Amino acid sequence: MMKNFILTICLMVSFSLVSLAQNSNGVDMASELRESGKIYVVVMVIAVIFIGLAIYLFSIDNRLKKIEKQK
Amino acid sequence: MNKNWWKILATVLVLFSIIAGFLFHVPAKPILNETIRNIHFHVPMWFSMIVMLTVSFIYSIRFLNSSNENDDLMAVESANVGIVFGVLGLVTGAVWAKFTWGEAWSNDPKQNSAAIALLVYLAYLVLRNSLEEEQKRGRISAVYNIFAFPIMVVLLFILPRMTDSLHPGNGGNPGFNTKDMAPELRPVFYPAVLGWILISTWIATIRYRIRKIENKQYDNN
Repeated sequence: MMKNFILTICLMVSFSLVSLAQNSNGVDMASELRESGKIYVVVMVIAVIFIGLAIYLFSIDNRLKKIEKQK
Repeated sequence: MNKNWWKILATVLVLFSIIAGFLFHVPAKPILNETIRNIHFHVPMWFSMIVMLTVSFIYSIRFLNSSNENDDLMAVESANVGIVFGVLGLVTGAVWAKFTWGEAWSNDPKQNSAAIALLVYLAYLVLRNSLEEEQKRGRISAVYNIFAFPIMVVLLFILPRMTDSLHPGNGGNPGFNTKDMAPELRPVFYPAVLGWILISTWIATIRYRIRKIENKQYDNN
């Protein structure tokens, strides 16, 4: 169940990255990622880092659960 | 219901605070400028530290009552996580101070007493590691921890308020100060605080479970 949850989050993040990247059309227009001095790029980087750390925490938790069950 | 619901809640709350903390409108203040957004990230570190050290304090009292080794382990691990969050709070505070107060460390009463409070807790870990015998180690460090907690409260919340400090919320009684934080910051700030407290609790429980397994292996050998 947890695996599916993690997978869904990964897919959601990668889809949103792809859809945002396609907006520029080769010309530097004010697409979403270029508004307000490109602050959205920073937001996305930090959000990706945090999601990554959260997934890592979930996986540590799961591994620990397995070890606890062996006892 | 999924037993891990609060871990998912923690992730969602912090993620929300990251996105909203950067993008929502904030009051324009001189000197602070956009750094006011730090409030959603710097302050929750301290909230998490205080919650973790309070948990540690409670489990130390419980250990003295019960002599149950697990209470001792929970006290140590929550103190460990509390110290980590305290260091993060101190470092983020220094970075913020560098660009608003002019210096990373200006010997401000709030900075000094926060550093002393952390040293008091580092001494707790040193004391605990210097004792060999389990029950003795548990008892002596529990007693130290119970005394360290009120010292931490005095250092963080009473002494800086008795003098002038650059840090907001000091000098006078903040309980009567309703202008302390702009209301528009609150919808992001409170979720951020709750989210980070849950994250720190999560890390502490993981460390506690690891410590328990280690302890069992040690007993078996």
